[in-house]
Amino acid sequence: MSRVVLVTGVSRYLGGRMARLLTEAPGIDRVVGVDVVPPKLDIGGAEFVRADIRNPIISKVINAAEVDTVVHMGVIATPIQAGGRMSMKEINVIGTMQLLAACQKAPSVNKLVVKSSTSVYGAGPRDPAMFTEAMEPRHSPTSGWAKDSVDVESYVRGFARRRPDVAVTTLRFANFLGPVVETPMSSYFELPVIPTILGHDARLQFVHEDDGLAALQRAVQGDHRGIYNVAGDGILFLSQAARRAGRPMVHVPRFGAGTVGAIVRRLGLADFSAEQVRFLAYGRGVDTSRMRSEFGFEPQFTTEQTFESFIEGRELTKLVSPDLVEATEERLASALSVNGANNG
Amino acid sequence: MADARVIPIKGTQRKSKAGKKPAPKAGAKKTAAKNPAPKASRGSSGAAAAATAEELFEEVEHNPLPGTEAAPIPVSEKVAEFLAFLRRRVTGEYEIDEFGFDRELTDKVLSVPFRQLYKRWFRIETRGLENVPDEGGALIVCNHSGTIALDGIMTALAISDHHPAERSLRLLGADVVFQSPILSELARKSGATLACAPDAERLLKSGELVGVWPEGFKGVGKPYSERYKLQRFGRGGFVASAIKTGTPIIPCAIVGAEETYPILGNSKMMARLLGLPYFPITPTFPHFGPLGLIPMPSKWIIEFGEPIYTDNLDDSIDDDPMLVFNLTDQVRETIQHTLYKLLVQRRSIFM
Repeated sequence: MSRVVLVTGVSRYLGGRMARLLTEAPGIDRVVGVDVVPPKLDIGGAEFVRADIRNPIISKVINAAEVDTVVHMGVIATPIQAGGRMSMKEINVIGTMQLLAACQKAPSVNKLVVKSSTSVYGAGPRDPAMFTEAMEPRHSPTSGWAKDSVDVESYVRGFARRRPDVAVTTLRFANFLGPVVETPMSSYFELPVIPTILGHDARLQFVHEDDGLAALQRAVQGDHRGIYNVAGDGILFLSQAARRAGRPMVHVPRFGAGTVGAIVRRLGLADFSAEQVRFLAYGRGVDTSRMRSEFGFEPQFTTEQTFESFIEGRELTKLVSPDLVEATEERLASALSVNGANNG
Repeated sequence: MADARVIPIKGTQRKSKAGKKPAPKAGAKKTAAKNPAPKASRGSSGAAAAATAEELFEEVEHNPLPGTEAAPIPVSEKVAEFLAFLRRRVTGEYEIDEFGFDRELTDKVLSVPFRQLYKRWFRIETRGLENVPDEGGALIVCNHSGTIALDGIMTALAISDHHPAERSLRLLGADVVFQSPILSELARKSGATLACAPDAERLLKSGELVGVWPEGFKGVGKPYSERYKLQRFGRGGFVASAIKTGTPIIPCAIVGAEETYPILGNSKMMARLLGLPYFPITPTFPHFGPLGLIPMPSKWIIEFGEPIYTDNLDDSIDDDPMLVFNLTDQVRETIQHTLYKLLVQRRSIFM
């Protein structure tokens, strides 16, 4: 049986790499990538079709190529890349609706893999420490990318109900990070000074870009219906991550965070929406036992290693460098000694 | 940086700072002399480092007689250790668990002031520590009192400092703790998490010692006239969690915490204004301002009772509300009776 895979959002980094990976994977004959702009990166043996998933034309692409597996990676987290929040929402929500409508009408489709996000759990003070897939959000996201992800997942659930013959896998990824991938988190940690919310320290989990792609590939090649959280092991505190990146922090009170966020966004430095501010205050942890036991996936990178790989990959200059700290330690140690000698 | 708070300025016995009194310094000098400084570069100034380090560390050994069995750790090593700790803090090279528990920070910084309160102010006596298992999950259920929930911190210290296995007690905190800035951060880092069934079960399943105060605000915020009268034990959620995970419940009675800040009145208007569950009026608060935060030096006794085992119960039994209620009552009665017993034994509030 020949397999034809359709990848949406192929012109962005993860989509492009995914398409290339799948062309090299055994058992897959053809990979079709769609996006509104041509890919900048090499997508290998994958065919590129310039199509907008917000348009019914996507249906023709699916039917013409007799696509059996759809990998939906067209949910965008960065408004800057999408050209503003309005168009980001269009792409995410309307795009998903159109894509799923097309899939529903296409008899050849028998598998759907959706790249979702753990942001669907929201973030807030009444959250449990670790969310399992079965838990409902305690603070439902009301805006931004997280809200889009919630909407996307609800459309996917609707689709799964109407087409029970299609195996639907939804992967909820923690924040992607790695040497190359551009996410709200990567631009945040690249800021020269990291604004944090005063009196809060968020627990963060990261998934390495390689692990994320490997998980998606596993979902494409195997039969794993259901929803799975995907995240690297372990947790970093926001303050801990900032220190590891050697970045000084400035603590902003919660009520002033919106203003700082707006300035940062206006300068085009990082996406700092209201929902992002909430996440940076409360953080989130997800339980990955189902990823191991049922999905059978073992990430290569822990949260810590992912962050390390991000710092090394970007060649971030640590403003507070470990060498400097060590030198200070030495100096302090000898200063203390000298001081004592004078007293004695 | 917040880390700067690490330095406990006071010495243990001697209240003076090094450099003013000759005696302890001489001792420290000897320490360094008897134990050659580990690093050659600092060798010559080992004694000097020792003198200064007295300001930094309270447990400086000052009796380094030759031939002493347990060789005290050279002070210069302690300085080095302390600086290494600071370095790890600055560069973020430390570990936390998935709940955000930062063991090192808790042990070396957050607990330090409370250890002094524990030892010198409340002179806490612990009983029945052998009822707390050395390993495996267990749920410690205590009575709540004292306006500010010092009892939780003190029980955690009793176990981390005085139990032979030096276990960390993971506290379950109220919603309001995790809603307030700073407090929520400190709570997470000291190993606490939100009091909800998923978190309690997750901790118990991973073999942690969990502490719960099921009376909640009804307990801490009750007037002085109702001291040592246990309030309703929540909805018995803690019992259901223990049954589900098959972990023992250890009833724990705390005497003395009721007298730390006796609540004479409660200003409902102030509470509503500040969004607090209650606004206490004590003999010293709020009219003496921050001075009112100084607790009464009451004598505390913490008694851990015999464990109530739940692993012999059927797993599906947590669906049986009657059994959960009965078990809740059993725990509550045990604590109430232990409280009465301890109160009779106590000579006075302060002794």
